[in-house]
Amino acid sequence: MITTKNLKKAFGNNLVLNGVNETIERGEKVVVIGPSGSGKSTFLRCLNLLEEPTEGEIWFGDENITDEGVDINKIRQKMGMVFQQFNLFPHLSVLENITLAPTQLGIMTKEEANKKAMELLARIGLTEKADAYPNKLSGGQKQRIAIIRALAMNPDVMLFDEPTSALDPEMVGEVLDLMASLADEGMTMVVVTHEMKFAKKVATRVLFMDEGKIVEQNTPDEFFDNPKHPRLQEFLSKIL
Amino acid sequence: MYLSGAWYSKILTSIADWAKDLYMSFYNAIVPDQRYLAYLQGLKITLLISFFAIILGIMIGVLVAVLKVTATNYRMKWLTSICNVYINVIRGTPLMVQLLIIYNVIFTSRNSNEIVIGAVCFGINSGAYVAEIIRAGIESIDRGQMEAGRSLGMNYIQTMIRIILPQAVRNILPALGNEFIVLIKETSVASIIAVTDLLKAAQYIGSRTWDILPPLIIAGLCYLVIVMGLSRIMSVIERRLAKSDYN
Repeated sequence: MITTKNLKKAFGNNLVLNGVNETIERGEKVVVIGPSGSGKSTFLRCLNLLEEPTEGEIWFGDENITDEGVDINKIRQKMGMVFQQFNLFPHLSVLENITLAPTQLGIMTKEEANKKAMELLARIGLTEKADAYPNKLSGGQKQRIAIIRALAMNPDVMLFDEPTSALDPEMVGEVLDLMASLADEGMTMVVVTHEMKFAKKVATRVLFMDEGKIVEQNTPDEFFDNPKHPRLQEFLSKIL
Repeated sequence: MYLSGAWYSKILTSIADWAKDLYMSFYNAIVPDQRYLAYLQGLKITLLISFFAIILGIMIGVLVAVLKVTATNYRMKWLTSICNVYINVIRGTPLMVQLLIIYNVIFTSRNSNEIVIGAVCFGINSGAYVAEIIRAGIESIDRGQMEAGRSLGMNYIQTMIRIILPQAVRNILPALGNEFIVLIKETSVASIIAVTDLLKAAQYIGSRTWDILPPLIIAGLCYLVIVMGLSRIMSVIERRLAKSDYN
């Protein structure tokens, strides 16, 4: 579904991604872990071109989205993204946050978008917050609304960029539960996270990145119980 | 005792005379020949020029600010340069010089409308300041807002209009109000291109009555009232925005 070929990204002279070749199939839940500065967030942000790759190709379905002339906005409608800092729109109510993009882009009428938004809010048990503004919500509520805001576009794949890193510990669970239930429904997901338990439980595949490359990948069981690369062994020994 | 009483009454008389003179000069400045109508006419011109200049200033300001931010984000050096030339030239030259140049060079036709010239000139002038204010406002919005909008598939313009600008405007409202106040007062410069604005009307009346001070004070009071009214409106808008939603 998503394929990267020799993906490279440099900020100035700093080579953050150093040739990533990876394929993510439909229905996979790929968790990317690695030390900070390893390029995992940059990798994720390249997938929907929030960062423009310096070199290499990214294919989404049968389209090379790094080609000139590709309508990236169309592509992004199919790729939901969830940010570490939530990035809800503070000047819009929760309902407007969710319905803005679908109505603005002509995908749904106002009524359809509202209906969809209320369904999604019901799913996370926050229907009574529909008219509240984001500043009235807890971190966990914000992030769950950010997730359903992305879901309202009916994306084919969801990208999560450290979705629980800015949360109070007691709110991490509610967000991870929502993500796990998405995974159960068969959503294709790419998740950058430090939540190893989540990786073990939900991932179909775990990638370990270091210095701009994917140095090891495996099923979660093998990945955590039987790491092969010395850098990964060192990393796991520090965090587990 | 008697002497000091005379002194006392002398003072009183002279104060009464002075007050009467003052009353007469203001009376002369306002009532005869329906001079108050001249102030009202001038006030109307001043308000018209200010209103259209503010509208034009906002349009130019938003456009230039968005162009400049966009040019910076997409590394279009030439576009940045064009915006900077406009802003630097306008901010770096006196308003009166700009007004005279536009009056003498650009609108050369005999029957050109001075009010339009005034509004265009002040609008172009204000646009440069508004552009810098709005640019600062746009840049004060967290990068993540643009990314969130774009990641949902909205294009740059849509995200700018629906997400960035509404938040930016809210942050810069006090600065914008300030700029409009300056603009309204600066329209008094328009009197040099034969626009009969509030100040020019006052000057005409002064030249008729041989007493320039009262008309000038009246004109000054009119500006003061307009500006205070505008400040009031701006603070109401600010408060309403603050109450209605976030923070």
